[in-house]
Amino acid sequence: MTDPLVEMKDVTVRFHGTRTVHAVNGVNLTLMPGETLSILGESGSGKSVTLKTLLRLLPENRTEIGGEVRVAGADVLSLDGRALANHRGGVVSMIFQDPMLALDPVYTIGDQIAEAVMRHEGISRQAGLARALDMLTRVRIPSPERRMKAYPHEMSGGMRQRAMIALALSCRPKLLLADEPTTALDATVQIQILLLLRELQREFGMAMIFVTHDIGVAVEVSDRIAVMYAGEFVETGTVRQIIREPRHPYTKGLLAANLHGAVKGERLDAIPGAPPALETKPTACSFAPRCLVRQDRCETARPPVVNFDPGRMVRCIHAVEPAMA
Amino acid sequence: MNPAFATASDPVPRPPLLSVNGLRKHFPLKGGLFGRTTGVVRAVDGVSFDVAEGETLGIVGESGCGKSTTARLLVDLITPDDGQILLESRRLGVDLDVRELRRHVQMVFQDSYASLNPRLTMEDAIAFGPRVNGMPAAQATALAHELLAKVGLEPRRFAGRYPHELSGGQRQRVNIARALAFSPKVVILDEAVSALDKSVEAQVLNLLADLKKELGLTYIFISHDLNVVRYISDRVMVMYLGEVAEIGPVETLYANPTHPYTRALLAAMPSMDPDRRTQEAPLSGDPPNPINPPSGCRFHPRCAKAESVCSAGSPGLFKLPSDRHLVACHAAIPGSGHSLAGVTA
Ligand SMILES: Nc1ncnc2c1ncn2[C@@H]1O[C@H](COP(=O)(O)OP(=O)(O)OP(=O)(O)O)[C@@H](O)[C@H]1O
Ligand SMILES: Nc1ncnc2c1ncn2[C@@H]1O[C@H](COP(=O)(O)OP(=O)(O)O)[C@@H](O)[C@H]1O
Ligand code: SF4
Ligand code: SF4
Ligand SMILES: [Mg+2]
Ligand SMILES: [Mg+2]
Repeated sequence: MTDPLVEMKDVTVRFHGTRTVHAVNGVNLTLMPGETLSILGESGSGKSVTLKTLLRLLPENRTEIGGEVRVAGADVLSLDGRALANHRGGVVSMIFQDPMLALDPVYTIGDQIAEAVMRHEGISRQAGLARALDMLTRVRIPSPERRMKAYPHEMSGGMRQRAMIALALSCRPKLLLADEPTTALDATVQIQILLLLRELQREFGMAMIFVTHDIGVAVEVSDRIAVMYAGEFVETGTVRQIIREPRHPYTKGLLAANLHGAVKGERLDAIPGAPPALETKPTACSFAPRCLVRQDRCETARPPVVNFDPGRMVRCIHAVEPAMA
Repeated sequence: MNPAFATASDPVPRPPLLSVNGLRKHFPLKGGLFGRTTGVVRAVDGVSFDVAEGETLGIVGESGCGKSTTARLLVDLITPDDGQILLESRRLGVDLDVRELRRHVQMVFQDSYASLNPRLTMEDAIAFGPRVNGMPAAQATALAHELLAKVGLEPRRFAGRYPHELSGGQRQRVNIARALAFSPKVVILDEAVSALDKSVEAQVLNLLADLKKELGLTYIFISHDLNVVRYISDRVMVMYLGEVAEIGPVETLYANPTHPYTRALLAAMPSMDPDRRTQEAPLSGDPPNPINPPSGCRFHPRCAKAESVCSAGSPGLFKLPSDRHLVACHAAIPGSGHSLAGVTA
């Protein structure tokens, strides 16, 4: 049996400062090599923090991380020095909504990619440049030879996004983390990038965790979905399970809010209220204040985590029997 | 008036509430050492449409196509280079003055925070406009409380709060209340729900529907979210590089898009069905910018159906036999010379 590529066990992330933020509250995740998962959630639910934990990108002095994080056999939370440097970019790589977070404005695209490959793989500059050209071709940047010498600001939005992907994949990572890489793009460009990622993921056989607030995007790029609310996964399953048999009240509300099955002229089944502030550690169901099928016990204790089979989880008292509103 | 407004159930064409004819706005492009004009951005280039009383017109198109510029022209935040704006058949600058237009046509923007003065409480923010327009202070405050309640914010809790003490969804409710303080006929919502989280967006969409019914409002709803536009709009206008590509009843347009760009835009929507994921991107490359747009049909460099007639001349909006459906594409215009079009008109 193959070992999982990613294992997160009871991961918690807390930020200390003028106020404490309980950003991630007990995330469990297993991802096999080559698998694709979308984390679906609204702003502030902890999606980006979860990704950054996997790359150890959070500010060390103010962040308290609990639990266990293993990627490709390594204990991520204890990595340092060379091992950490190799982990970032070599084993795990990340792409962002804003490509300028990944691209350096003062170097040409070709040099940046070549430099990254030389550093991680210790190959010659010549070989690095050859890899850069190969990557720009694979992400289908038109006239890649010419674009090797272009600076990021000389490219259009969609092209910069492709260049960032080329850079992220240049060292053949085992895991790609994608933090809403298409959210700021126009519709006709977004679909190009989604299809490109789907194709490259397959071609490179890498695993991918894709963060989005758009269910349609999750459907296009992933096999599985984890729905995140207030720093927790409230439901996980295959894309089909989440879309066709959602069990958690929040997932159902999110589908309705995405106008899934909305009827024109009829009111939407909107979830009332807003997400919690995350200033305290959750001691009840975090969704209870907004939940239309809550019961008294939802507000006094943490709801049970019901695992149906590996990868299918619902964190709700109604997980087994459907709730009556 | 545009004859496209006659419908089967409505034999006498209703005059449109708001009407726009040949609207144009070009922005000079400054550059070089002395800030000389080096080009021109054709942000809005000959846009015409009508909005009937009580309907919701959706406007869609990719960034830079001129949606917000159109909206800002409609409320005279910027002055058009050319074209006419008519409200209830009265023409701006002739028998309709700017103050009246602005009172009747209100706007809500995407950025709920930037739209509110950080030093004004919510009740003052809402009462400000009416007061400037001569309403006594006590009456304006009472109105503000009434409007807060109307948009679902309990006045007792929210009247004294400042913008930073509200969530994005609550701030957007205040912006809607502020627009309503003038008892407008038309409300333009420019990406007004786009920055909100989905669950909050659904609440605000419900609120907009309630207000429309209660106050008999007319909406112009600008959004990049084609699902939301389909849900909320009666008619939809598709813009491309400063021009109208297609306009028609929402279901006709979504079920039977005629302009190749409309088709591409709809085909680019992510699938919600895991068994029918998108297999091919409908267009390649990025949308061009409206500086020096292509000749003829502006979509021709990206259009799979382009023929020589397409780069030679601009198609102009053509009324299709089906009701109130207009499209600017040679392939749909009989006699245009395009091989896919019929020969006679
Ligand atoms: N460096 C930090 N210091 C303090 N709090 C933080 C930090 N980074 C994130 N947070 C808080 O952690 C929570 C989760 O943040 P995160 O960025 O993961 O949300 P998200 O789901 O990615 O949201 P969005 O979609 O808006 O990016 C939020 O309450 C956020 O304010
Ligand atoms: N004040 C301005 N000066 C120069 N260009 C402008 C100005 N306002 C808008 N534009 C340009 O006009 C075009 C249309 O803009 P806009 O209507 O804002 O697009 P959108 O459809 O995204 O709302 C864009 O290319 C934009 O950059
Ligand atoms: S545990 Fe209770 S409050 Fe939480 S989602 Fe389930 S029913 Fe609602
Ligand atoms: S006019 Fe020609 S180029 Fe333009 S959309 Fe129609 S077929 Fe395509
Ligand atoms: Mg984020
Ligand atoms: Mg805009």
